[in-house]
Amino acid sequence: MLQHLPVLPLLIPLLAGTLLLMPPLANTLPRQRWAGTLFALLQLAAAVALLLQVHQHGSLMYAMGEWRPPFGIVLVADRLSTMMCVLTAFLLLCVQLYSSANEDQKGKFLHPLLMFQALGIQGAFLTGDIFNLFVFFEVLLIASYALLIHGGGAQKTLANVHYVILNLAGSALFLFALGIMYGTFGTLNMADMQQRAAQIDANDVQLAKAGAMLLLVVFGLKSAMMPLHFWLPRAYAAAPAPVAALFAIMTKVGIYSLWRVHGTIFGDSAGELANIAQPWLWPLAWLTLVLGIIATLASKTLRELVANLVIVSIGSLLLMVALNTREATAGALYYLVHSTLATALMFLLAGLVVQQRGKAEDRFVQSRPVAQPALLGGLFFLGALALIGMPPISGFIGKALMLKAALTSHQILWIWPPILVGSLAALIMLSRAGGTLFWRTRGENTDPARAHPAQLVAVVLLMLSLPLMVVLAGTITEFTQLAAEEMRMEVKSGA
Amino acid sequence: MEFTFSLGVGVLTTAGIYLMLRAQTFPVILGLTLLSYAVNLFLFASGRLTVNGAAIVGQSQHYADPLPQALVLTAIVIGFAMTAFVLILSLRARADLGNDQVDGRELPPERSAMEEALAGKIEKNSAAQKKNKRNRN
Repeated sequence: MLQHLPVLPLLIPLLAGTLLLMPPLANTLPRQRWAGTLFALLQLAAAVALLLQVHQHGSLMYAMGEWRPPFGIVLVADRLSTMMCVLTAFLLLCVQLYSSANEDQKGKFLHPLLMFQALGIQGAFLTGDIFNLFVFFEVLLIASYALLIHGGGAQKTLANVHYVILNLAGSALFLFALGIMYGTFGTLNMADMQQRAAQIDANDVQLAKAGAMLLLVVFGLKSAMMPLHFWLPRAYAAAPAPVAALFAIMTKVGIYSLWRVHGTIFGDSAGELANIAQPWLWPLAWLTLVLGIIATLASKTLRELVANLVIVSIGSLLLMVALNTREATAGALYYLVHSTLATALMFLLAGLVVQQRGKAEDRFVQSRPVAQPALLGGLFFLGALALIGMPPISGFIGKALMLKAALTSHQILWIWPPILVGSLAALIMLSRAGGTLFWRTRGENTDPARAHPAQLVAVVLLMLSLPLMVVLAGTITEFTQLAAEEMRMEVKSGA
Repeated sequence: MEFTFSLGVGVLTTAGIYLMLRAQTFPVILGLTLLSYAVNLFLFASGRLTVNGAAIVGQSQHYADPLPQALVLTAIVIGFAMTAFVLILSLRARADLGNDQVDGRELPPERSAMEEALAGKIEKNSAAQKKNKRNRN
């Protein structure tokens, strides 16, 4: 059992998604809800077990079907990937609970699709083979295409058309890049690629560089890097609340791949190919942040605002990817976990606000009050503190770690101002949002609709995870430091 | 052979990208399809082109690299699924948004000078008729 642990985060959602489509569970929502929640819990347990195992005994390599590399395809579980898996599983649990309230009545197949989405995300984190990374990208994408349009409506359809076409073009580029990689490296195993990067034939170096830059475009599209981020606000603002919350981790898949490919394969040891993306990453990351800040200030609805804050957080993370030191990666990892949880929380809260505010939805206009102003307002306040990065919630530690990592570098002037101005913009806009949504009200709310207990449990779980990250900050930063070191040193070892 | 092959990939890619930049969903989907053909051929060539070689190692001295063939197979299957999905989605968008523009906005219909003049005349006429009616009343 123990040696099969690395494959469980893939097997559980795969089987769960399939079972949810089969007769005893299909078409009966109450059963789907219970089963889905159970599967999500199981997944979280498996991910945590894997994390503990990896933390104690070092990274694990799992050869699928006992086919050894170079012929087989491997899964590699190291600290970084298992940590991301735990994050995904936790997010899935919250989203599953939230959507069990009433979101799953608005369209079919929400629960199985959530499982398949989790399968794709966890697969992308665990795989040690770059072609498999593509395959899992497609798995998570096709699930996300269907999830984004869940419930239907013109807004969602329009956002989805853009999202799907862009990502299909991205997939084509990804395949071109993989063809180049295989043609020049002669392997698609990530560990192998890292070892061979320095010994590429001189005639092939230019080709390999072109492939690396193509991969940068692909991961940039996934992570919403500057010229490729325009799809994000509309898609995230149109998506149903639980789906948007789960999407909070999708951009991070792009960041993760950047670390794996441009931080490690094309890292310091890659000879002529070393740090090839760096000169591009700096200005692009910086511009992402700046454009994100401007868009934040122009947001008209709460969901749009949170979506733009996602871009701001992506900009900060990209700066850290560009910096690419151990401290930077460690700090960014802490911030990544925090920002995923905080934005997911805000998307779920925005969903509750939309539900209770009638026609005004979450637009920043005067309208009737929400049905539960104290509860939602209080949660919003805490969530806003987290997103802005004020103590005592985890955003402060995350941002402080990133700023500290930049302290000794020459690029401090590139890094400090935009991150700090980003926090200021978040502070301004979130105070404005909270003030408008909860205080600028007229009339009475006569609608008896209150938040469903399952929704509240999901929101409170996410809310509690943030202070928990502060309490356990010491342990977590130690872990992220180790993860960063491991990622830079080694290697998704497989050969 | 290499030249013909690369020319084929190049032409397919060019046509695909040109079509993808169009404003209506149908050409865009055609463009995506062409691009995925180009990708498949390109992937196939990434193991170098071999003539008359089986993709089995050890059968003979002369063999083709089997891995790109497996990759192409995967890419084709995924491409099929994605194309089917985007087709259905664009039909849905046609129904939901009332037009087949990628950004969902109908372009103003282009009118020739003749039509413009006619339309102006008709409007004038109807305005004049209304005036006449009012005067009579």
